[in-house]
Amino acid sequence: MSRKLRVVIAKPGLDGHDRGAKVIARALRDAGMEVIYTGLRQTPEQIVSAALQEDADVIGLSILSGAHNHIAPRLMALLKEKGLDDVLVLIGGIIPDVDIPKLEAIGVRGIFLPGTPMQKIIDFINANARTPV
Amino acid sequence: MKAEASIRLKPDPTTDRFTTISGRPINRLYTQDDLRGIDYARDINDPGAFPYTRGIHPSGYHGKLWTMRQFAGFGTPEETNHRYKALLAAGGTGLSVAFDLPTLMGRDPDHPLSLGEVGKCGVNVTSLADMETLFDGIALGGITTSMTINSPAAMIFAMYLVVAEQQGADWAKLSGTIQNDILKEFIAQKEYIFPPRPSMRLITDTFAFCAREVPAWNTISVSGYHIREAGATAAQELAFTLRDGIEYVQWGVEAGLAVDDFVPRMSFFFNAHSDFFEEIAKYRAARALWARAMRDRFGAGSERSWKLRFHTQTAGVSLTSQQPYNNVVRTALQAMAAVLGGTNSLHTNSLDEALALPTEEAATLALRTQQIIAYESGVTGIVDALGGSYFVEALTKDMEDESTAYFDTIDRMGGMVEAIERGFPQQEIAESAYRFQQAVERREKVIVGVNDFVQEDEPPIRTLYIDEGAGDIQLAKLEKVKRSRDRDRVRRALDTMRDTAATVGNLMPPILEAVRAYATVGEMCDVLRDVWGEYEEVPVI
Repeated sequence: MSRKLRVVIAKPGLDGHDRGAKVIARALRDAGMEVIYTGLRQTPEQIVSAALQEDADVIGLSILSGAHNHIAPRLMALLKEKGLDDVLVLIGGIIPDVDIPKLEAIGVRGIFLPGTPMQKIIDFINANARTPV
Repeated sequence: MKAEASIRLKPDPTTDRFTTISGRPINRLYTQDDLRGIDYARDINDPGAFPYTRGIHPSGYHGKLWTMRQFAGFGTPEETNHRYKALLAAGGTGLSVAFDLPTLMGRDPDHPLSLGEVGKCGVNVTSLADMETLFDGIALGGITTSMTINSPAAMIFAMYLVVAEQQGADWAKLSGTIQNDILKEFIAQKEYIFPPRPSMRLITDTFAFCAREVPAWNTISVSGYHIREAGATAAQELAFTLRDGIEYVQWGVEAGLAVDDFVPRMSFFFNAHSDFFEEIAKYRAARALWARAMRDRFGAGSERSWKLRFHTQTAGVSLTSQQPYNNVVRTALQAMAAVLGGTNSLHTNSLDEALALPTEEAATLALRTQQIIAYESGVTGIVDALGGSYFVEALTKDMEDESTAYFDTIDRMGGMVEAIERGFPQQEIAESAYRFQQAVERREKVIVGVNDFVQEDEPPIRTLYIDEGAGDIQLAKLEKVKRSRDRDRVRRALDTMRDTAATVGNLMPPILEAVRAYATVGEMCDVLRDVWGEYEEVPVI
């Protein structure tokens, strides 16, 4: 039998708006996943190290400050460097339309804007995360 | 039917139970019976009379409309200065400064954590040079300015004072507000730097300094706005905000200040959410709770200490990225609730704010919304039009009772600082946020365009895009400031700040000297980080 999916929910950057991160962390936990919430103001290095340590299948970033164009590329490069290419990376928050293709091009698989039903994110993870081993 | 543990949010034909957006059960009809136990003179009274449930002014908006104060700031001080001039030209009656995250967190643009954040969520102000640019051509003696700044409030306020001084304005006549409310940062918004206790000292230092030097300035805006945005119910917003207010008064008294010397300069800041009557009841309850707390808990003798004055902002969290024009309607209804609740100042959100910072057109429409309420709706003609409504009076009383129960709980914990250290308000808010989201998921609470009345293939609207330019410009300016200032003067000023922080004495004078020497926000905060350490929260989900 496979273990539960492991998800790291992280708040990178200086932004302190953590309502969304906390709500989704609880929703994923209630959906049967194992959730690790990093807390606020994590650097990409800290997030990748948490993902490595926890053997995470999924990383969910919550960013509302507009710093995604700096944070996401750094995070994706670090994941590659550590051989974590198969970790599913999602971003939730306020992301301008024009930035979405850029984020997708560097390997961010799911981008969820305000108003997204939690079930949609749960289904997305179940359909796209690697099979936990 | 007995009280349910799980709150039913959808009108259920079998029980005929409705609830507010906060989950509060509402009867189908309210009558005289619901006012039993309420004594008009004691509990409500006329506008302008204790406990001010119906308003602090006997004449309501007849004497003076609320201040239409639109929160704005983005990019460089030059860009924001341009936006301010446009807002003033469009008939705005006060300015409200939004700072970016590096400024709010006391980090200069060259700090690694500022990467990608400079000028994104507000204007970047690193040193006095930026504050000079921000208010260039705007006479500070002739306007009122609100500044949303908390952990580094003393430093940013000092910059404002020095710019006013350069313009020849008299500090004694300066009018405006600094938010300066650290407790709600620990509770909700999370833009804290130092631990709670030294943070409280910085705040009582500004109370004492302003009482002497800047007597017309509102030294704090005790804020429920962010508490609500983080997911609190209306009653939790009310209770935690007023209990924060009580905590500041307590700390001020313990610092040796006389209640009536500083409490009249405290102001409040509430959210205007979508549940129309619940919000109105909240504002009415807030005035009564504050008046009683100041008179009975602290023995304040001045009416000015009893009167709660507040700013309101419509609920950012209620805005949807789907069908964004619906947000105009939401905002108008929320603004109307704030006005019927007697707000003294108001910010209306722009329709595009679930997508980005607002465009100039969207910000103008938001201001027009207030002007239509003020000049066309007729609601300003009568004071507290809803006073005496069975429903509104009963709801006001309920909100007061629920708040008083929270006050008791927090008092038993030893106060708000202790409650925060135990994670109590944080946990309560997280619970409410999750419960609301579940109700939305189950469609027990309808959000038009999100979980009902959904429209596929909406055309995108034009939004403001903040490019990365501000970061480079601010970095270059920072280097220039550092090259041209008197380095010895900066070092001496920072050393004095450090010594004062490590001992006793009011921090405002050394901060003012550091500002005059063009010390940066980051440098000043680093000195205090060295002495006081940094706060790290234990995350509660």
